[in-house]
Amino acid sequence: MNDSKSPRSYVANYLKGVPRSGIRDFFEIVSTRKDVISLGIGEPDFVTPWHIRESSVYALDHGATSYTANLGLIELRRSIAKYVRTGYGADYNPVNEIMITVGVSEALDLAIRALVSPGDEVLYHEPCYVSYGPVITFAHGVPVAVETRREDGFRLTRAALEAKVSSKTKVLMLNFPTNPTGAVLNQQDVEEIAAFAIAHDLVVITDEIYAELTYEAERVSIAAVPGMKERTIFLNGFSKAWAMTGFRVGFSCAPQELTEAMMKIHQYTMLCAPILAQKAAIEALENGDADVRKMRDSYRRRRNLILDGFAQAGLPCQKPEGAFYAFPYIGDTGLSSKAFALNFLEAENVACVPGSAFGACGEGFIRCAYATAEDDIREAMVRLKRFTGSL
Amino acid sequence: MDELLQILKRDARTPLKDIAIMLAQPEAAVQARVADYEATGIIRGYQALLNEELVNPEHVRAAIEVRMTPERGGGYDRIATRIARFPEVESVFLMSGGYDLLVYVKGENLRTVASFVNERLATIDGVLSTATHFTLKTYKDQGVLMKEEQTDERLQVSP
Repeated sequence: MNDSKSPRSYVANYLKGVPRSGIRDFFEIVSTRKDVISLGIGEPDFVTPWHIRESSVYALDHGATSYTANLGLIELRRSIAKYVRTGYGADYNPVNEIMITVGVSEALDLAIRALVSPGDEVLYHEPCYVSYGPVITFAHGVPVAVETRREDGFRLTRAALEAKVSSKTKVLMLNFPTNPTGAVLNQQDVEEIAAFAIAHDLVVITDEIYAELTYEAERVSIAAVPGMKERTIFLNGFSKAWAMTGFRVGFSCAPQELTEAMMKIHQYTMLCAPILAQKAAIEALENGDADVRKMRDSYRRRRNLILDGFAQAGLPCQKPEGAFYAFPYIGDTGLSSKAFALNFLEAENVACVPGSAFGACGEGFIRCAYATAEDDIREAMVRLKRFTGSL
Repeated sequence: MDELLQILKRDARTPLKDIAIMLAQPEAAVQARVADYEATGIIRGYQALLNEELVNPEHVRAAIEVRMTPERGGGYDRIATRIARFPEVESVFLMSGGYDLLVYVKGENLRTVASFVNERLATIDGVLSTATHFTLKTYKDQGVLMKEEQTDERLQVSP
C-alpha cells in the first residue's frame, strides 16, 4: 500500500494559488549568463554612506547586541517623528504612533494583517511592486487591482478607483513614487484620492519608500491631507534613499489604535528590528541629508541619460518623476514584454524586467532600473538601439 | 558645488554630450560653461589620477615640514612660491601650528627625495629647518580609494 502523500499536499490552500514572482523566474535565467549588464536591479548601486555604516560598527563595538523595545528605539522614533513632520507635513507621536519594522515589507504585511478580515477587499494600483497582491492574499483578503495607464502618466485617478470599489472594500494601498513606473501624485491627486477614501470609509496604506527620490515634482503625501491621519498608515524606510537595503529597517506611522494593532503581530512574530540597523538609521536621519541629496542628483542625471537612450532606440517612455525605474513602452515592437526581455538578453546580454511581472497591465512595457553605473547605462542603450533596429 | 563641476570632478572624461543630456541643457551651453570655468581658473586642469605605487614600486612621496623666517612685506609668499616651482613638489600649504609650510614631494626613489631636500629645499635662504616624513602606503588620494572597497553583491535581478 502506498499512502505517502506529496509534500505539496501539506501546503496551505491559500498559498497554492499564489504564483511565483515573475522576477524570480527571470532572475534564474539571467543568473546563468556571464557579464550581463543588468538594468534589472531594484536597489541602489551606492554602498551605504560610511558614516552610517560606521555608526553601526561603533554600536557593535560598544556591545549593542540586545533586543530593543517592540516599537523600536525611542531615539530613532523621535528622529522619525521630526523627519515626517518636516518632510511630509504629518504629525505623529513617537511614543505610541511610530513603529520600527524590518524593512517596509514587514510594515506592509503588519498593516494588511492588522486591517483585513477574511473576504475584505483591498484596492491596490498596478503595475506595482510584486508583493502587494500576495501580501493581501496571505491575510485572506481579496486583492483588487486598479489599473494605471500610460495615458494618465501612471497616476491613480478617482474614476479608476470608483470603478473597482465595492461594499466589501476596506483598504486602499498606495505606492507613489511607484516601482516600476516612477509615477508620482500631485496635490490635486492626493486630495481626490483622500476624498474617495473618506467617501467609502477606507483605510489608506501609503508606502512612500521612494518619496525622497522625487525629482522635479513637489513631494506630497496623502497622510498630510486634513482628515486623513486617522485613516492612514504611512510607511517609509531607509533602503532606497539612504542606500540601506541590507540593513532591513523601515517604519510605520499610524494612529495609536492602528499602531497598537500592528504591534500585536510584530511583537509575537518579529519582536523588534535589529538594533544595529536601528542605530544606523538614527545616524542616517540625523546626518544623512547631504548623502540623500547627492544620490538623488545622481539618479536624476542617470534618468535623463536613460530616457535619451530610449528615445534613440525609438521606445516611448513616460518621464519617471520619482524612484529609479523607467518603464518604456515596447508594444510597438510586436513582442510581448517577456519575449522582448528574453530576446534582448539573448541578443545583447542586457537584463531588464518584463513589465508583466508587475501586473497584467504591465504587459507591453519593460522595467529598466537606472541605479546603474553611467557607463553601463550608455552601453546598454547602444545595445538597445541595435536590438530595436534589428526587429 | 555646481552639478557640472561635480560631474567633471568625478570623471573629467564624461562626454560633453552626455553631460548635456544628464543636466537637460543644450550641449553648447554646457561647453560654454566649461570654457568659462577654465577661463576663470576654477578648473585648473584635467589629469589622470594614478596609483603611483603600481606605476613604480620604488616611487616615494614625502611630507616635509618646513620652518622658515617670514619676510617683511611678503610674509611667506615669495619663498613658498619658489619652493612650489620645483617639479618634484606636488603641493605646498601654509600651516598653522609648529611649522610653517607643509610640502609634499614625490620622487623616483628615496635617494632622489633626500637629495632634493638636502640640496634644494634646505639650502633656500629663509628656510630654518626641515623635517621629512616618507609615506609608507597610500590608502586614499584626492578623494579616491586606491583599492576597490568591495564588489557589487547585488542580485542581478530583484524586485
